[in-house]
Amino acid sequence: MSKVLMKGNEAIGEAAIRAGCLNYFAYPITPQSEVAEYLSHRMPEVNGVFLQGESEVAVGYMIFGAAACGARVMTTSSSPGISLMSEALSYIACAQCPAVFVNIMRGGPGLGGILPSQGDYFQATKGGGHGDYRLLVLAPASVQEAVEMVMMAFPLAEKYRNPVMIMGDGLIGQMMEPVFFPDHLKTEQLNTDSWATSGMKIRGSNTRNLVKSLYLDPIQLNNHNLHLKAKYDRMKVEEIRFEPYNIESDYKVLIVSYGTMSRVCRTAIDNLKAEGLEVGMIRPQTLFPFPEATIRDAASKESCQTVISIEMSMGQMVEDVERSVRGRKPVEWYGKCGGEVPTPEEIMEVVHSFVKSARKEQN
Amino acid sequence: MQSEVMFAGFGGQGILLSAKILAHAAMEQGYEVVWIPSYGPEMRGGTAYCMVVISDRPIGSPIIRNPAHLVAMNRPSLEKFAPAVKPGGVILINSSLISVGSGRTDVDEFIIPVNDMAIALGSVKSANIVALSAFVARSHMVDIHVLRECVKEEFSKKPKLLPLNMSAVDEGLKAAENKN
Amino acid sequence: MGKTFHKPEALSDQPTHYCPGCTHGVIHRLVAEVIDELGIRDRTVGIAPVGCAVMAYNYFTCDFQEAAHGRAPAMATGMKRVRPDLMVFTYQGDGDLASIGMGEIVHAANRGEKFTTIFVNNAVYGMTGGQMAPTTMPNQRTTTSPFGRNVAEVGMPIKVAELLAALQTPAYITRQTVIKPKYILKAKKAIRKAFEYQQEGKCFSLVEVVSTCPTNWGMTPLEAVNWAETTMLPYYPLGDLKTPESVNGGTDAK
Repeated sequence: MSKVLMKGNEAIGEAAIRAGCLNYFAYPITPQSEVAEYLSHRMPEVNGVFLQGESEVAVGYMIFGAAACGARVMTTSSSPGISLMSEALSYIACAQCPAVFVNIMRGGPGLGGILPSQGDYFQATKGGGHGDYRLLVLAPASVQEAVEMVMMAFPLAEKYRNPVMIMGDGLIGQMMEPVFFPDHLKTEQLNTDSWATSGMKIRGSNTRNLVKSLYLDPIQLNNHNLHLKAKYDRMKVEEIRFEPYNIESDYKVLIVSYGTMSRVCRTAIDNLKAEGLEVGMIRPQTLFPFPEATIRDAASKESCQTVISIEMSMGQMVEDVERSVRGRKPVEWYGKCGGEVPTPEEIMEVVHSFVKSARKEQN
Repeated sequence: MQSEVMFAGFGGQGILLSAKILAHAAMEQGYEVVWIPSYGPEMRGGTAYCMVVISDRPIGSPIIRNPAHLVAMNRPSLEKFAPAVKPGGVILINSSLISVGSGRTDVDEFIIPVNDMAIALGSVKSANIVALSAFVARSHMVDIHVLRECVKEEFSKKPKLLPLNMSAVDEGLKAAENKN
Repeated sequence: MGKTFHKPEALSDQPTHYCPGCTHGVIHRLVAEVIDELGIRDRTVGIAPVGCAVMAYNYFTCDFQEAAHGRAPAMATGMKRVRPDLMVFTYQGDGDLASIGMGEIVHAANRGEKFTTIFVNNAVYGMTGGQMAPTTMPNQRTTTSPFGRNVAEVGMPIKVAELLAALQTPAYITRQTVIKPKYILKAKKAIRKAFEYQQEGKCFSLVEVVSTCPTNWGMTPLEAVNWAETTMLPYYPLGDLKTPESVNGGTDAK
């Protein structure tokens, strides 16, 4: 398995092709434009489709149209662009089409900045568009993991007939790391004949298919929402992914952190261990579904005094952490969201200060 | 063991490329490696800097406050990053463009006129490779022979520039040997 | 003697929800007849808009998608790019296409996407209850222009066909109407031509159809037809504005 040195954005583009997705529509936005630049020359090499749309709004619906006729399709964008695509996400989820959306997050709100952020946690996990829908959200912490998650995303989207979102941040997109593309993650697309508007002829069918999201009858709409909810509930049973770190130790502090931020925490945890302070970490790899039970169990460990959600936002995931811990241990938050990624030293200070204040409270 | 180097200079000095070649060499040697550019408006003509982290185990934080080494191609870069370098690290100072020292006594200050050397070779464009080679020869961050192969691979896409940059590698190496 | 009149196969049996005197039914039928004549029903996908025709999918028997407001051309783009073998048409009203979806239609036309748009212009928002549209006539009263469209405040009605014909990319752009029998055959010919251009993979095509909305205009069907003829047609003249054969992709003034 030979590795190549690739920028995250380019690796994400290549991963789509290696996964068997040959259709890509996008609109340029920093810090992820390299995905489009890369695929603009790669897609023609593999007889794939590359199109730069006129706006993220249009791109969202190009994805919808392509997905609705049964094609594997992906787009990539960054925070403000994802806001514009959120309308389409709501429609696509309701109409039950599989599609992969990548968000290389930048600082917000508004135009914000172009540096790394995790400020779109609520948008991705609680529904950025209108109505009751969920995205299956995967959060890579390295370029290699971004590759694997992109490749996994297509069969997941097809399994649930629901959009899957990859939540990276500016660093995941911009940094280079050695990567390889695991062949076993290339998948065949699930048969779409039962639902896709692929044309009756190609399906050999006399029954037409209809892809829609309008249910004017309140009972029908409620039933449809119950059906969607059942899918989201199934994700909670079958798709939760997380990575524990130093969790076998008698940790005093449990960190919950994801993506780039979790790597910084990992270094801080190593350094704290060397100083004699044990800290454990749960890194959610799926933000929806969220590893609630795992975090609750980890927080319940006797040695654990405090749980800290560390994120590059002003406290979004912390609400899910609180919900998971259910009051068994105090839940704290630390974060930054201007684009400056906290350093390991900073995280060490934060952990120390929470340990100190926990001790004070005990006394 | 983890080691880091910050390459810094003006946009257009080939900072990102020399950092990439170093990262490539480290990968070829089996190290874990992360290449992190500064990105944003300052890319266009302003300061460009790029961090390369190499390690023999998975790299945690890609954000490094105190790198082991610094390659400073212009004065603002030296002033900005020299104070952050860990004691004992190499600070390469491009004396063609920088008339001051790092002000540090606890580092290996390595002063060479990178631009002048490159001009002597035929083009100032090869200054980044002269600096890269000299830095690697001085710091031993990666094997100089592996680095040479990676430079060759990089410029084999642009055969016209290959001889120039291969002699840049030699020139950098020589400079490091002379200073020892 | 065989049957001389029958329902097109591309039309379903379901009675439409359209108001008495509305021309959507006629336009649906013309599109369905063309689909039948070209024998393309089993590889055709229609895209319904948001507006009165939101449930057009109930009346056609081919595959159908339903778009968000204004976004049908983007969906059609996505579809034609990944499945150029499909015959794709969008069916859009004036609020959908000329207001919220103006960006999508202009760019799809300019890229020369090989699909067909049926653009129904009845100078008013129908489904939401008669609000002013970009194509509402000067001084025309609507529920959001109760004193009549004041062009000094909101500009002149947009001539969509002319606007799209001004693009340099080759296309078939035409304006037709179905308000009287004498116009209907011509309209059908134009729709057929539009689908044929798509079938040949030649160009984007748009058929603007000047229509009526007796309900929201507050008129009887007959009054509505006459108003459309005397008020709308002089402003929205009929005929081909552009064919792909036009020199330099420019317009064919007719």
